[in-house]
Amino acid sequence: MAFYRPAPYQKPLAIVLLLAALALPSVLSAFGQEFYVGFATRVLIFALAASSLNLVLGFGGMFSLGHAAFFGAGAYVAAICMQAGISDALLAFPLAMLAAGLLALLVGALSLRTRGVYFIMITLAFAQMAYYLFVSARAWGGDDGLPLVGRMTLGGLSLSNDNALFFTALSALTAAIVFLGRLADARFGRTIQAIRENETRMEALGYPVFRYRLACFALGGALAGLAGALLANLTGLASPNLLQWMQSGTLLVMVIIGGVGYLYGGVVGAVVLLCLEEVLSGFTLHWHIGLGVLLLGIVLFAPKGVAALFGKRDD
Amino acid sequence: MTEPLLDVRQLSRRFAAVDALKDVNFSVEAGEVHALIGPNGAGKTTFIHHVSGALQPDSGSVHFAGREVTRLAMHQRVAAGMARSYQITNVFLGLSALDNVALAVQGRQDAGSSFRFWQAARTEKRLFEEARSFLEQVGLAKRVETVAGNLAHGEQRALELAMALATQPQLLLLDEPMAGTGPEESARMVELIEHLARHVTILLVEHDMAAVFRLADRISVLVNGRLIATGTPESVRADPEVRRAYLGDHL
Repeated sequence: MAFYRPAPYQKPLAIVLLLAALALPSVLSAFGQEFYVGFATRVLIFALAASSLNLVLGFGGMFSLGHAAFFGAGAYVAAICMQAGISDALLAFPLAMLAAGLLALLVGALSLRTRGVYFIMITLAFAQMAYYLFVSARAWGGDDGLPLVGRMTLGGLSLSNDNALFFTALSALTAAIVFLGRLADARFGRTIQAIRENETRMEALGYPVFRYRLACFALGGALAGLAGALLANLTGLASPNLLQWMQSGTLLVMVIIGGVGYLYGGVVGAVVLLCLEEVLSGFTLHWHIGLGVLLLGIVLFAPKGVAALFGKRDD
Repeated sequence: MTEPLLDVRQLSRRFAAVDALKDVNFSVEAGEVHALIGPNGAGKTTFIHHVSGALQPDSGSVHFAGREVTRLAMHQRVAAGMARSYQITNVFLGLSALDNVALAVQGRQDAGSSFRFWQAARTEKRLFEEARSFLEQVGLAKRVETVAGNLAHGEQRALELAMALATQPQLLLLDEPMAGTGPEESARMVELIEHLARHVTILLVEHDMAAVFRLADRISVLVNGRLIATGTPESVRADPEVRRAYLGDHL
């Protein structure tokens, strides 16, 4: 496989979609459907979380089954910040990223010594440990989770307005995508992609492979932490369920549907999965059956994911 | 006498009940081409793995450029000035020849950190100009933009060599550079190695005896994990033990 290279029409398409997203709240309110602003915000937040996993899995080649731990940790940091009276997102969000990034650094430092199935299992184990830690942490609400008394402010701007939170999430996602797009082409991105392809060869070229993988893993964790902090603001709750392996699985499914190793893989996957859930769950409680059919279809007919149709990666 | 560039002392390694390497004493002087030969399964590639750091010995030590490197990881040995090529072509098949070598240049310590997250590597002219010059050195100047997977086998071998060179080694470990190449490609490879040998010390593992006797300043013979002879090509050719164990009908 080669380095990620976007198709020429990808950027204009992304800008059009961004403009459409910017107009979305006004359009929804014009039709009296403000309820969907919250849903759209949720999609953006999961798009960010899935994109952070795609950095680790798609670009770094690390199949982590514990990514939700960093997502959930970010949510808890936001809730704990609120509890401690820190209600400015300009401080709380970086703190969430820092904490989640450090947690990922720790988990990565131990688990990146293993490979293959062992890596999958050990990341899963660490995430489940984190889950049980929060379940048993009485001071932080135990298995009920830790509610936020309200939403944060961003500088002077209150996020309790749904549109304000939507635009905050949209900005965060946009910034992350721009950053990841640059990263893919920069030295670091080329390094981790080459390590994904052949780590021994990279070691034989003098690259300290472990260090680069760890940095990638921690960076992914930090971005997931930001998504978690945003989600806590949206739902008003940091729940231990956010750290559970099911959540890691959901993020994985998003990345796989969207396209592993494609810049927009996480975004596309989050949009497809959450919209599908929204539509199908209106018809039946058993909407997972529909999801199963979709997954089968993706694996059979578009094994590289939906975003593969927009990005190019010659094999 | 000056210290050898590479000095391997009493190196031993067992795999299960087999002595893959047994008390191997081996040295490469700066500036020479030292060939390591031996029948299939003698432990030549295992030996290269121990020198390059891919494997760790049970006992014994490896010294390189005046320091002990026995416990250093592969990437640390590369940084110290040791580069290797692989017996089975090991390049990034999906990348262009230029990108392959640029990765090797980028990995070098004097090329700066690879923890750069923003500037597109493509815009770093230095990396690619240097990569181009290494491709020219191995005769791939016309194949710069070709995807490595589309190169002919001999060209891939040359690319592999360019990548090793791009790390600017003092010592080049070449594990059967002629493996799988046709006679014409082999001849070109011999010329290339001859040319490189003027600038860099080479430890060469090779089956092609014509190439070995043409290139090597010294030859060592490994049989069943034991080094049975080391010396000039003439003395090794004349050595009765070598003839018995290995060369015999080859010469």
